[in-house]
Amino acid sequence: MTLEELQHRLADLSPVLAPLFSLEFGDAVIGVEHDKIVATAEELKSIGFDRLGMVTAVDRGEFFTMVYRLQSRSLTSAIFMKTKVDRDDARIDSLCGVWPAANWQEREVFDLFGIVFEGHPDLRRIMLPDDFVGHPLRKDYDDPRVIKRPDYI
Amino acid sequence: MTLQVESRSATISEDGLPVEELIVNVGPSHPSTHGVGRVVVHLDGDVVVKADMIVGYLHRGIEKMAENRTYLQIVPLTDRLDYVGSMYANWAYCRTVERLAGIRVPERAEYLRVITCELQRIASHMMGIGSAAGDTGATTMFMYAFDVRDRVIEFFEELCGARLTYNYVRPGGVSFDTPEGWTDRVLRYTAAVRADLDEMDKLFFGNSIARGRMKGIGVLSAEDAIAWGASGPTARGSGVVWDLRKHDPYSVYPRMEFDVIVGDNGDAYDRNRVRLLECYESARIIEQAIAQMSPGPVKADGLARLIAPPPGDAYDHIESARGSLGVYLVADGSPRPYRMKVRSPAFCNLALLPVLAVGHTFADLIVVLGSLDPVFGEVDR
Amino acid sequence: MNSFLYGMLVGLVAGLVIALAALVGVWAERKVSARIQLRYGPQESGWFGLLQTLADTIKLVLKEDITPTQADVPIFRMAPLLVFVPCAAALSVIPFATGWAPFNIASSTLFFLAVPALSVIGVLVAGWSSRNTYASIGGIRGATQMISYELPRTISVLALCVLAGSVSAVGVHDAFRWWWLPVNAIGFLVYFIASIAELNRGPFDLPEAESELVAGYFADYSGIRWAIFMMVEYGGMVAASLFGTAVFFGGGLGVRGPLGAVIYAAIAASIAFAMLWVKWTYPRMRPDQLMNLAWKVLTPMALVQLMLAGIFAAVIS
Repeated sequence: MTLEELQHRLADLSPVLAPLFSLEFGDAVIGVEHDKIVATAEELKSIGFDRLGMVTAVDRGEFFTMVYRLQSRSLTSAIFMKTKVDRDDARIDSLCGVWPAANWQEREVFDLFGIVFEGHPDLRRIMLPDDFVGHPLRKDYDDPRVIKRPDYI
Repeated sequence: MTLQVESRSATISEDGLPVEELIVNVGPSHPSTHGVGRVVVHLDGDVVVKADMIVGYLHRGIEKMAENRTYLQIVPLTDRLDYVGSMYANWAYCRTVERLAGIRVPERAEYLRVITCELQRIASHMMGIGSAAGDTGATTMFMYAFDVRDRVIEFFEELCGARLTYNYVRPGGVSFDTPEGWTDRVLRYTAAVRADLDEMDKLFFGNSIARGRMKGIGVLSAEDAIAWGASGPTARGSGVVWDLRKHDPYSVYPRMEFDVIVGDNGDAYDRNRVRLLECYESARIIEQAIAQMSPGPVKADGLARLIAPPPGDAYDHIESARGSLGVYLVADGSPRPYRMKVRSPAFCNLALLPVLAVGHTFADLIVVLGSLDPVFGEVDR
Repeated sequence: MNSFLYGMLVGLVAGLVIALAALVGVWAERKVSARIQLRYGPQESGWFGLLQTLADTIKLVLKEDITPTQADVPIFRMAPLLVFVPCAAALSVIPFATGWAPFNIASSTLFFLAVPALSVIGVLVAGWSSRNTYASIGGIRGATQMISYELPRTISVLALCVLAGSVSAVGVHDAFRWWWLPVNAIGFLVYFIASIAELNRGPFDLPEAESELVAGYFADYSGIRWAIFMMVEYGGMVAASLFGTAVFFGGGLGVRGPLGAVIYAAIAASIAFAMLWVKWTYPRMRPDQLMNLAWKVLTPMALVQLMLAGIFAAVIS
């Protein structure tokens, strides 16, 4: 299904979500409010996006962008769901109740970014040792052992 | 010793008889060649009550390292993600870069990518089935599978000089064209490999002891497979008909004819058997690709040495031997990515182990782990 | 000759036979498994790698003798012998020629089948004295397996005793008739499978290969003590093959003289080869599937064989 078709389909199926739809770099994106994430996810799941493919975060300086990618076998297309998370109070609702696939992926984001997922059944560090201090994928993570390459390369 | 008793946890009383739960630690170094993963198993007698999978022993911070390297320098990093299948790890990354930067890949390069990726799929599945067989004690099957795999690796050595981490698929094409006679040798191999696969099918999958060890173990229903985000043979073994090569086609796959192999029961036997049967399909695709390929350039024209895509983000994925391997790149206009995220199929599939192992005996836990086919380089990144 | 001296001589020879069996057996296993797996196996030391096992034995003998401090030391050290001696004793009652076995006892088939049961104590004690939880569990599993498989093995051989009208191995050996071969086919199959399980070999090696996951009963043994366990495995294989040939095939199929000896050796070698072959072809069985096989499949088959033998014996007489 092409992106225009997807947009039309979304307009038919969910008038709530249709206005949030945008196109970025050839991908369909729905930008949602921070506290509406679970409601939007359930709405998208009921439309036909039955698979959660990817959960990740990007550190944008003042805030984090949470990026979720959902796939639909019936609609044969995929959609991104993006939301902003405040940097100082990095919390967001967990999607484990909607798709169990979010379990380990959210743990990874917690581990590497420090974003707390409320409602997650088992939020612990997954990649790094349990006693590790800090969240490495943040842009302000400072460790003397990190080697920065010179800019002229 | 790989196994230590960590502690005996609180007593659970049943019918007035005190019963203790035994906590057993498996790994991180086990003899079954899956890599470094640790499972903390709670046993009630011989039955698994809880299996906690602990990963991260091979975490090297590849995503963080990628923020400090140019787009071309990241290609060797992606090799080391799924080191059993470097070709398609390279390819997933290169597709995303090409999408971001708007690079068109020449046709011959696309065909070469398909040929090497399908050869890699055969090699990776042989590793998966071989280790799964070795776990159950069929060492001979392990050796046969590695014989098939070794011949593929020799082809790769002729092609790009390396046996394991190839650095072959680059943004804009591939790095080298095929040496003389390479495609003929590959065709001879694909003709001969079918007989080897038949033999392995009879030796291991037809064996009643092997069936007893794997049938009915670790049953994953189709709904659970989708809800837990499983992909690849893990999901297809449960009857989920989803293969990115057919249902979200990319590159020159629309021109190839092949079947999507799907299992019935979702147990360990089906998952492993799907892997074996996919090798036949890969042989078919390779033959078609070699027939359709025509001479031409293997690198995109006018490619800058320092690729600096305009700001934005993109995601692209391929069907790797483990499932849908995707790379999400955020570019900021500089020659280095702002963020690289690898959507690792082995990581998502491995999340199923705590769910599938419960209720089976301890020996079955290892069989389930083998059927999920994790490669810890990809799980941990 | 004084019977005491004779006994000592037989014991010495039996011990040497087990050592030789281990030497050749390990080499054969490595070569056979290698060829099945598309490899070559030992090639460097000696012709066709024949001296490889000798090199390994020298290495083992020179290793440091480690006894865990938490182990029950006298029993820990005695366990390998407890496993070795019954096997050597069993070798001494096998008929090697018409009317002759090193010890021609009246009830020698029962002796052969019952005395190696004492090795079960050795296995249990080896696991227990290591004072290591997983060694104990491995020992108990091994012991359970060995005890379970004794039943079908014994019944299958008893079928032959019924046909021969004698419980002495020499008596069974001498009473061989050509039509025993088809009649005892089921019994031989049961004997073969049960022997493999008794020896903790092949598809039934969970107590040992459980040392991949869990430490097996001889995990804390190293050097020559471990080598003794291995020797008993191969010695037991040789003993089972020789005894099987002697009673099921009447030694040299009833042929006398040197040709009979050659046939005897050839059949025994084929049975041993088949044991090696089976190990490298099949995966391992799970413990519950193993017990299932013993009690629900092999024991009924052996009982059927016993009935068949009884019917034939009654018809003949």
